Amino acid sequence: MSYAWNWGLFFQKTPDGSATYADWLISGLGWTVSVALSAWVLALALGTVLGVMRTVPNKWLSGIATAYVEIFRNIPLLVQLFIWYFVVPEVLPFGIGDRVKQMDPTLNAFLTSFICLGLFTAARVCEQVRAGIDSLAKGQKSAALAMGLTLWQAYKFVLLPMAFRIVIPPLGSEFMNIFKNSSVALTIGLLELTAQSRQIAEYTANTFEAFIAATVLYIGITLTAVMVMRWLEQHFRVPGYISGGGGK
Amino acid sequence: MSYDFDWSSIPGAIPFLLKGMGLSLTLLALAMLGGILFGTLLALMRLSPIKPLAWFAGAYVNLFRSIPLILVIFWFYFLVPFIIAAISGQPATVGPFYSALIAFMIFEAAYYCEIIRAGIQSIPRGQVSAAYAMGMTYAQAMRYVILPQAFRNMVPLLLTQSIILFQDTSLVYVVSLPDFLGVAGKIGQRDGRLVEMYLFAALVYFVMCYGASYVVKRLQKRYAV
Repeated sequence: MSYAWNWGLFFQKTPDGSATYADWLISGLGWTVSVALSAWVLALALGTVLGVMRTVPNKWLSGIATAYVEIFRNIPLLVQLFIWYFVVPEVLPFGIGDRVKQMDPTLNAFLTSFICLGLFTAARVCEQVRAGIDSLAKGQKSAALAMGLTLWQAYKFVLLPMAFRIVIPPLGSEFMNIFKNSSVALTIGLLELTAQSRQIAEYTANTFEAFIAATVLYIGITLTAVMVMRWLEQHFRVPGYISGGGGK
Repeated sequence: MSYDFDWSSIPGAIPFLLKGMGLSLTLLALAMLGGILFGTLLALMRLSPIKPLAWFAGAYVNLFRSIPLILVIFWFYFLVPFIIAAISGQPATVGPFYSALIAFMIFEAAYYCEIIRAGIQSIPRGQVSAAYAMGMTYAQAMRYVILPQAFRNMVPLLLTQSIILFQDTSLVYVVSLPDFLGVAGKIGQRDGRLVEMYLFAALVYFVMCYGASYVVKRLQKRYAV
C-alpha cells in the first residue's frame, strides 16, 4: 500500500490563499481551548453551588439539585447540544430567539457550545463536590456549628476548603473530559480542532497527517492539564491524607 | 411563547425510530462485548510482570483516554477501509457501521480496562498465592479465582460505563449512521418538526438511562460487600 506522506502540507497555503493549513489547525486548537476553558468556569461555579445544595438540610434545595444532576447526566451530550441549538431559540419568548438566530454563526455556535458544555459538566462537578463534602467527618460540621458559626460560615470556612482539596483529583479528570467533550461542537459548525483536522484531510487527502496532528495536539492538551492538576494537588494537599502524599 | 408545538409527526415516525433504536442498541451490545473482552485482556497486560506488555497497555489506555471519541470515530472511518485495502490488495468499501463499531470497541476497551484493573487489584494478594499454592497455573488462578470475584465487584461500574457508552453511541451522527438520534433528526427535518423530535429523543434517552442507572443502583446495594 503506497501512501504519499507529505508533512510539508501544513505550511502550504489553503485554497483561498489567506492562510496555511497550520493556521487552520492553530485556530481549531484556539476554539477547543476557549470553549473548554470558558465552559469549565461556568461548570465549576454552578457545580459548586449545586453540590452544596445537595448537602444542605433543605429538601427543596437538595431536590432541585438532584433533579438537575439526573436530567443533565442521563441525556447524551449531543442531544443536549441539539436542544440548545435547534430547540431553545425557537421557544425563547420576546423575539430573543430570533436575535439568537440572526447572530454571527460562529459566535452562535461558540456561545451554544459554551452553555451546553458548561451546564453538562456542572452536573458532574456537582457530584464530585457533594462526594467531597460527604467524605468529611460528620464531626467537622457539628464542631463548626457548635463553635457558633452559621451554616453558611461552616460551609465557607470549614467544609468547602477541605472538600475542594480532597476532590482535586476527580475534578482534574472532569477538567480533561471537557476538552475532549468540546469536540461535539463541530456538529453545530464550530471549527474546533477535530473539525479543522477533518477539513484539512478533505482538502488535501493527507488524512494521516491531519489526524495525527490533531491527536498529538489533544495529547498535548491532556498532558498540560495533567501537569496543572498535579501541581494543584501538590500545592493544596492536606497533610496526613494518603491522597495528599502525607504517607510517603 | 410564540412556538406552536405539533407532536403529530411522532406517532407515524415510531417504526423508523424503533429501527434507529435497534441500531443504537446493537452498537451498544457489540461494543460492550468487544470492549469488555479486550478491556480484560488489556487489564491483565497492565498488571502483568512482563514489562513491555504492561508498558504497551498503559500507553494504549493513556492514548485513548486523551483523545475525543469523535476523533477516534473519524480515525477508524478512514483507517478501516485503508487497512483492509492494504491487506487484500484491492480497494475496499466498509460501511460506516463496522468502522464505528470497531472505533467504539477500541475506544471503550481503554475505559473498561481501568475499571477491570481496579477490580482485580481489589482482590487480596493472598488469594493469588493461595491459588498458586493449590498448584494452579497463572491462567487457572485468574480464571477460577481472581476474575470471577473481581467481576462481581465491578459489575455496577461496568454497567455505569455501559450507560455512558449508550449515550456515546449518539455520536455516530458524525458519520451519518441512522441511529435513534439520526433517525429523529432526519424525520424532524423532513417534517419541519426538529423541535419536537429532539425533545422526544431527549425524553426517550432520559427515561432509558435513568431507568438503567436506577437498576444499577439497586444492584449495587444488593451486591455490596
